Amino acid sequence: MKLKTRSDYQTIGGWIQSGSKVLDFGCGDGGLLRYLADERDVEGYGMEIEDEKVLQCISNGVNVIQGNLEKDSSFFDTGAFDYVILSLTLQAVRHTESVVLEMLRIGRECIVTFPNFGFWFHRYQVILGNMPVSNQLPFQWYNTPNVHLFTVNDFENFCAENSLHIMDRLVLDSKGNKVNFLPNFLGSLAFYRFKKK
Amino acid sequence: MPTDSVGIVHPEIMVFDDTISLESGSELEGFQVAYETYGTLNAEKNNAILVCHALNASHHVAGVYADDKKNIGWWDNLIGPGKPLDTKKFFVIGVNNLGGCHGSTGPSSINPRTGRRFGGDFPIVLVEDWVRVQALVADRLGIKRFFAVIGGSLGAMQALQWSITYPNRILNSIVIAAAPKLSAQNIAFNEVARQAITTDPNYNRGHYYDKNVIPKQGLRIARMIGHITYLSDDAMAEKFGRELRKDSLAFNFDVNFQIESYLRYQGDKFAENFDANTYLRITKALDYFDPAADYDGQLRLALARVGGKFLVISFTSDWRFSPSRSHEIVKALIDNGKNVTYAEIDAPHGHDAFLMADSRYHNIIRRYLENA
Repeated sequence: MKLKTRSDYQTIGGWIQSGSKVLDFGCGDGGLLRYLADERDVEGYGMEIEDEKVLQCISNGVNVIQGNLEKDSSFFDTGAFDYVILSLTLQAVRHTESVVLEMLRIGRECIVTFPNFGFWFHRYQVILGNMPVSNQLPFQWYNTPNVHLFTVNDFENFCAENSLHIMDRLVLDSKGNKVNFLPNFLGSLAFYRFKKK
Repeated sequence: MPTDSVGIVHPEIMVFDDTISLESGSELEGFQVAYETYGTLNAEKNNAILVCHALNASHHVAGVYADDKKNIGWWDNLIGPGKPLDTKKFFVIGVNNLGGCHGSTGPSSINPRTGRRFGGDFPIVLVEDWVRVQALVADRLGIKRFFAVIGGSLGAMQALQWSITYPNRILNSIVIAAAPKLSAQNIAFNEVARQAITTDPNYNRGHYYDKNVIPKQGLRIARMIGHITYLSDDAMAEKFGRELRKDSLAFNFDVNFQIESYLRYQGDKFAENFDANTYLRITKALDYFDPAADYDGQLRLALARVGGKFLVISFTSDWRFSPSRSHEIVKALIDNGKNVTYAEIDAPHGHDAFLMADSRYHNIIRRYLENA
């Protein structure tokens, strides 16, 4: 489960200043870092745990550090990066709060993307009595890597409780169109840029 | 001969007449270097890869000798046509380090000042000295800049030193199973190995060649100690367990367990082919390696001006130079904004994993070189 389309990359790229330093936590095949290096001239590093994805990062010509982002974030100094990105991974980490705090320690600003559990189709499936399965949540309950599913509202409450300033938000529906009305109900994928207040 | 072998290879000798000043303050009045090459240096001379050897290896990195087909190069599984270090594309060079015992000037060479073998008078040679000599070899071959310098363990320290000493002469450092400096425990193992040699009655302060003896007992014990540190507990358990040589316990000090037999065999084999004076000096080169020493112990500062990109690889079961030692190197490179890729291979073989043909490990090197 990774951001794949160029428009997803463009959304994140649009929030990132050219020539900045970027860390992509859980960088997958390195596609986003490659895009950001080509389009935004960033100096980037990614962290990825899976062998096959590390190889793909090497093919993409990006700097990849093989490690577990919940254990190995000490590779990165406090304030060493302009942006720390965590795309479609926050719902799959064990200690959500400490991961976000680590991102805020390392980066001046943070960007996260996540599937919105509050999306109407997800709610509909729960009402019918099943755990949701969708494009953004493409797993069965027994094989999902996701351990902490949450909604757009939940995330904004989390930011408020932790004194985080939300700088940008973009919520997309399942067709990739921007949602302005009832984002917690109509949106399936959320992008946030935030920093410490 | 397998089709992916470089085939029959020939060692060559390069002679340098000039005096070289060593890091220790000693001098050598001329010296020679044994080396081998595989593949073809292209017209631009930009496809050369230097392979640096570790404690007990040599310039014989790949292929076999015409008169000794069983003498296969020590990293043959990595180097050859179609292999990760593809000799159809790259010109690969192996150099026997100064102080060695496989053709380069070392303790068993004739000291021009005395007309006798150096023996114990041969100076201590450091990683920095080896790198300088390797650069002299590159000069003679017309190589201004290496496409890559690669090594495992002590060889990895040389690959790292290259990026420090010659930042403009290296495009990629491939640093495998490395440490930025030895720990007290690492030095302790080396000291036990040295004590085994220097307390051997045949050692004679290193002047044993003239007496036609070698400190064989000491060298074999040194090798046995070293060998234990190259393997993981799990690998040893897997390979030998508590398996006995014969059916029952012998209640004596002969070989009872298979591991004892294996260590004795490894020790004997090594002691016949390696020079104790060289072994002593190489362990010292390991102990003294510490690029951060001149920078108040801060590796970040020591690596501030390194050149080229880096591929750092460690192995989870390596307890001699564990992944955390590679982390130190990687972190210092990231702190300096250098291009670095780090792979941590989940391999069971311990430190020796860098010599194994693990496909995950070899694929990383292959892919890196394809995209470098």
